[in-house]
Amino acid sequence: MTDRTDTVAVNGATGAPLWLLAELTYRCPLQCVYCSNPLDFAAVEEELTTAEWIEVLTQARAMGAVQMGFSGGEPLVRRDLEELVAEARRLGFYTNLITSGLGLDEARIEALREAGLDHIQISLQAADPDVAAAVAGSPKAHAKKLAMARAVKAAGYPMVLNVVLHRHNIDRIDEIIALCDELGADAVELANCQMYGWAHLNREGLLPSREQLEAAEATTARWRERLAERGRDMRLLFVVPDYYGERPKACMGGWGSIFMTVAPDGAVLPCHSARMLPMRFPNVRDHGLREIWYDSEPFNRYRGDAWMQEPCRSCDERHKDVGGCRCQAYLLTGDAAATDPVCSLSPDHHLIEAARREANAASPAMETLTLRNVHESQVFCRQ
Amino acid sequence: MAMIESATVYRLRPGWRLQWEQAQGRHVLLYPEGMVQLNDSAGAILGQLDGQRDVASLVANLQAQFPDAPAAAIEQDVHEFLLDAARQGWIQHD
Repeated sequence: MTDRTDTVAVNGATGAPLWLLAELTYRCPLQCVYCSNPLDFAAVEEELTTAEWIEVLTQARAMGAVQMGFSGGEPLVRRDLEELVAEARRLGFYTNLITSGLGLDEARIEALREAGLDHIQISLQAADPDVAAAVAGSPKAHAKKLAMARAVKAAGYPMVLNVVLHRHNIDRIDEIIALCDELGADAVELANCQMYGWAHLNREGLLPSREQLEAAEATTARWRERLAERGRDMRLLFVVPDYYGERPKACMGGWGSIFMTVAPDGAVLPCHSARMLPMRFPNVRDHGLREIWYDSEPFNRYRGDAWMQEPCRSCDERHKDVGGCRCQAYLLTGDAAATDPVCSLSPDHHLIEAARREANAASPAMETLTLRNVHESQVFCRQ
Repeated sequence: MAMIESATVYRLRPGWRLQWEQAQGRHVLLYPEGMVQLNDSAGAILGQLDGQRDVASLVANLQAQFPDAPAAAIEQDVHEFLLDAARQGWIQHD
């Protein structure tokens, strides 16, 4: 009766980008050690103007994009967020705000609702204030987030909470789920941190051990049973870290397949991590979105399967996982066209096994990890 | 097996939206960070949910809209679809 969009597009005509992620800014009041923004984000200075963003939204919608996320950095930093949401909604997008909750208050929630915002997703760092403060580099953020989560719920929005899991908070997953339950969440994404951007930089201190991961999955399963017994409808989505898989994920449903990110300065990317790949991505200030999506070299480079190397090239599963993630392949092997080393068939899989061994040994303390901020970022801008 | 009551009023789950997508040539059901792509009959049935109409009048409307299809088959299709949609959490009733 239905088919879902999470199927993988294989060879054949390029379809429309159904998903648009608008990263409005790299500015953020928090400094999360696993931030997926590029390490050199501080090099980006000129953000798109309100009029330029409206042009992006208009073009993307005309191409068939229908789901969209306002993200960042912290999108609430942009004072024109309400105006952009109103325009997106008028165009027919389903509008998601992906936020830390900082910069939100009751008045702004009401203004966003009037603008037609469909959904607000708030991120939590932990159940206890101390760990949350260390992860986000802010002592006051946690209490503010909890207050805003309650306000979003009170405003009648479906409440989806996102908690990034890593070795310093994963053992407290029972308390994290209990907190989400108490807040009245409709759904919780328990997303193990994936190793890109700042998370890759801090990997040794973030990747959980297999033992930690298995315990967390078991706790989540027990919670699902308890919630079902109570008739409580709170969906728990547990996302396993790539590093503990035996096959890679079909990243973004395939490169340039259904997903498009526009970065704060107008660079157009096949995903929000791709900016660090050694290629030059086109910019909406120079080209139309349609031309970028269908005709540009970067968007076509990893479409289909002609670009694949062995063992992907002759693998029966190549259309199922599209060779995994190009960013992960590049970060680990230096070759963006390599098989994602997460795959046990990859000749580079030993790199993943080494990272797992590292995670099962002693790990750096939370306080020694590099916080994501402008000062630290400038180190990478100079490289 | 669960049954569909004729007098039940179903509505979309709060925050979810049914929309015709010209670019895809079909109805889609939009929800936080996701989308279900619907076939013609699913789109027609969900399009009837206005928060007022009960199952019986929904079936009658569709029977009037598709006079060439057997009335009993339409009723059965609607009941099966609503059961499935409710199980998947797309629709709710009081």
